[in-house]
Amino acid sequence: MKPTSIMNRATPFLFLAPAGIIMIFALLYPIGYLTVASFFDWRMGTPFADAVFNGFGNYAWILNDPNFHESFMVTITFAFTVVVLEMLIGVGLALMLERPILGMSVFRTIFILPMMIAPIVVGLVWRYMYNPQFGIFNKTLKKWGFEPIPWLSSPDWALPSVIIADIWQWTPFIFILSLAALQSLPRSSLEAARIDGASEWQQIIYIKIPLMMPVLVVAALLRMIDAFKVLEVIFIMTNGGPGLSTEIMSLQIYKTAFVSWELGRAAALSNVLLAIVLVITLAMFVYTKIRDARIARAQAAAEQY
Amino acid sequence: MKEYSRTNTTVFYLILVCLSLMSLGPIVLMLLTSLKLKVDIFNEVSTFIFMPTLKNYSSVLHDPSLMRYLGNSLYVGLISTLLTLVMGCMAAYAIVRFRFMGRDAVSLSTLLMRMIPPAVLTVPVFAIWTFQYQLGNNLHGLILVYVAINLPFVIWILQSFIEQVPIQLEEAARVDGANPFQVFFLVVLPVIKPGLAAAAIFTFRIAWNEFILALVLTNRATRTTPVHISLFLTEHNIDWGQIMAMGMLIAIPPIIFTFVASKQIITGMTAGAVKG
Repeated sequence: MKPTSIMNRATPFLFLAPAGIIMIFALLYPIGYLTVASFFDWRMGTPFADAVFNGFGNYAWILNDPNFHESFMVTITFAFTVVVLEMLIGVGLALMLERPILGMSVFRTIFILPMMIAPIVVGLVWRYMYNPQFGIFNKTLKKWGFEPIPWLSSPDWALPSVIIADIWQWTPFIFILSLAALQSLPRSSLEAARIDGASEWQQIIYIKIPLMMPVLVVAALLRMIDAFKVLEVIFIMTNGGPGLSTEIMSLQIYKTAFVSWELGRAAALSNVLLAIVLVITLAMFVYTKIRDARIARAQAAAEQY
Repeated sequence: MKEYSRTNTTVFYLILVCLSLMSLGPIVLMLLTSLKLKVDIFNEVSTFIFMPTLKNYSSVLHDPSLMRYLGNSLYVGLISTLLTLVMGCMAAYAIVRFRFMGRDAVSLSTLLMRMIPPAVLTVPVFAIWTFQYQLGNNLHGLILVYVAINLPFVIWILQSFIEQVPIQLEEAARVDGANPFQVFFLVVLPVIKPGLAAAAIFTFRIAWNEFILALVLTNRATRTTPVHISLFLTEHNIDWGQIMAMGMLIAIPPIIFTFVASKQIITGMTAGAVKG
């Protein structure tokens, strides 16, 4: 074989090799390691080789741990509340503000800023604003003659406070996506509805929302995935407290591993969180596949006429 | 076309401006606080009128440890971006031109990567990096994780750019006697510059902002700025003016990127989902 043809044949592998090697060693291997480690009784300070195999012991321990139950509920409450409220506000605003917008690119830039700055910084600013003495919320409340609210220091208020911060940060994501979806709706169906005398509300409920549905479902699922990933903002604002009132699972994983030094248990917890997120992700992937297939079928059918 | 009355238009833009103010408010508050003296911050009465001072910035910037951490952040951000781009576009090129795997495989892996909570990576990455790779407390260890985390996304986004490069361009170069590497580096790369820019912004921002992996993988010497800030905060007497000044320093690069490339950023945020 001529040297050039060998090189041509090897080229694809040479091009893929660096990325492939990095991903195998720094991504796939750690995930596999995580699964193995979750079956061992392993504490920080002992090498993994000395860890004792303990089967499903870590999982059994997690299932019986009241702290895990609480953290699990906090995580689910946080994720669902955040997604529902952000969808309602974001889609509502998009429906209200749907029309040609002068300077939309400027507004859009401003709206994505909260998502771009470091989560650590977002946590910082909100912790400052929630400060009981000189935070802007309590200062304003006092000025208007209301009782100050113990935002981050009361177990009843801490979770809502954290949720408010997340809504501030992420509602623009839903808003921008649904606005884009609205503006790309087929004009003909809306025109037809208007001619038939459909009111604004009827247009929204029977035409706009159903047509936007594909984008809305994906947006909600993406937000759901991200809500399970949140860590830094809460870490900075409350560090899980008071008590366990804002201790989402990500935070519990970190604390189990690097505060309590129980690496095996932390690995098992990680796997539980990973499994939850995996289910949502696969649901999303299947949904987009079905949607694309349906669109393709509709197009094929349309071409027959 | 619908007609919009003038009052409607006024109300409409008023709402948009209000929303913008809500979005910007906390960031502006951070900026203002970073320009305030301690007495102004702790003042119980809120004042918009105060003597702005750069004292917080100057004391923060004269702190040699912070300068070191900013340097670490910059080093990790730049090197990991560079490596991710080089490896990412080579892989994307191989996948598109040599018909490796399918688009589906790449978008599924991008999506799966996007889904992994960073907290989940802390245990295995900490253990493997410290005990097996001997990369604990080392900036290059951090670079390795960031490259791995960002690769799927970069490959995904560059794919769509490479697909648009006309194959005739490459064939012409090959006829002129260029080998596959020359074709790639001298013909393809210059054409996909916009894609590279978008990918670079995305990768750098993630490396620059990342916190939890940096927290478990670094020590006093190799910390990045977000980790430094978080440790600064746990102390009892919080100096909010200085903290906010540091926060601004961290926030400035992403803010600049947002103004430069908001469109690409929005595409990136919906990666692997909206257009599969």
